[in-house]
Amino acid sequence: MQYKDYYQTLGVARDASQAEIKRAYRRLARKYHPDVSKEPNAEARFKEVNEANEVLHDPEKRAAYDALGNNWRAGQDFRPPPGAGSSSGFHFEQGDAGDFSDFFSSIFGRAFQQGGGAREARRRRGQDQTIRLAIDLEDAYRGVTRQIRLDAPEPDANGQRSTRSRTLNVRIPAGVTQGRQIRLAGQGGPGLNEGPAGDLYLEIELNPHRHFTADGRDIQLRLPIAPWEAALGASVTVPTLGGSVTLKIPEGSQSGQRLRLKGRGLPGTPPGDEIVVLEIVTPPAKTEAAKEAYRLMAERLPFNPRAELGV
Amino acid sequence: MTQTETDIEGTLLDEALIVSFAELTRLCGTNGRAVKLMVAEGLLRPQGCQPDDWRFSGDEIRRARLAVRLQHDLDLNLAGTALALDLLDELDRLRTRLQALELLAEQRRR
Repeated sequence: MQYKDYYQTLGVARDASQAEIKRAYRRLARKYHPDVSKEPNAEARFKEVNEANEVLHDPEKRAAYDALGNNWRAGQDFRPPPGAGSSSGFHFEQGDAGDFSDFFSSIFGRAFQQGGGAREARRRRGQDQTIRLAIDLEDAYRGVTRQIRLDAPEPDANGQRSTRSRTLNVRIPAGVTQGRQIRLAGQGGPGLNEGPAGDLYLEIELNPHRHFTADGRDIQLRLPIAPWEAALGASVTVPTLGGSVTLKIPEGSQSGQRLRLKGRGLPGTPPGDEIVVLEIVTPPAKTEAAKEAYRLMAERLPFNPRAELGV
Repeated sequence: MTQTETDIEGTLLDEALIVSFAELTRLCGTNGRAVKLMVAEGLLRPQGCQPDDWRFSGDEIRRARLAVRLQHDLDLNLAGTALALDLLDELDRLRTRLQALELLAEQRRR
């Protein structure tokens, strides 16, 4: 296992005061809190920061950690000194020491090994867990089954840590929106001392789409149209998540104008709409015939597009 | 190492899901007093007047759990938690709008 430099994790010197440690921890906890942060690996960083704080904010644990000596470097191969961790008698505040690293456990023991005292033998419900699940907009529209693999440490018959690997085939219902959560009862962290397992929450994240963006159940699409379609009106074919539909563009339309395809967004009660944002695109004038057509327009259509600018 | 595979259908926490005061308290892993304080702060807005009549939607469950986590992990007080939740909601709305505008801009360049 690898040595962890808790001082480096919190970015403080080895002789930092408790106040400095607290300040550094608070700052990093805010920065990497998985509910707040968009930093990559926020969750892993948050765990590391919490583990470092769990050790350094407690003078007893900090002393035990410092006793390992200060010649270790982060990531260096580490073998715990004999006797460490087995009967340390350390207390855990949140009962979430199961989340901490093997390095931590090798020094301070594991929560689920502390079977002795009456306090520890209490049945305790497992922790709730949240994982983000990225899906495509098409799958959000139709519904989809996604496979999720979870590896969790679990005490075996001898009280040693082994791994329990679970695969969940989760049905994601049609019409889920960005940030929506799905609760899987009893699929979270294992309980302690035969307590019930926690729940697993899946938080849906919609992958960026090439054409559509979603706002709740509403879907937005930029629809390029030709100048004559905008000026004269037209019926055009428009993609929606459920397939193509025909949209009538009113005559005299302009770029930026929004048309609403009722009920063509993500399904639900009520279903969302597809908002079509018109954008006039001009054909290139590459041929002589095309140039002639533009010259004719310039001649026949008295038009100052900059009238609003007062020039 | 043990391995299992399970087909599972979860509960979608949307507007259609309604839970009671007791159920919300349990889902948040907190106590009734903490939930009452969140309602008094306006952080949660259940339907119904009395705690026994309170009905919370799926999205309120998300908010309540988030509030409990932030209070615990960052040592926030209730007013600070309420502010953080409102700001996070606003941030989500702005991110959604930004994403839509960025896609428009990108499509123009294509």
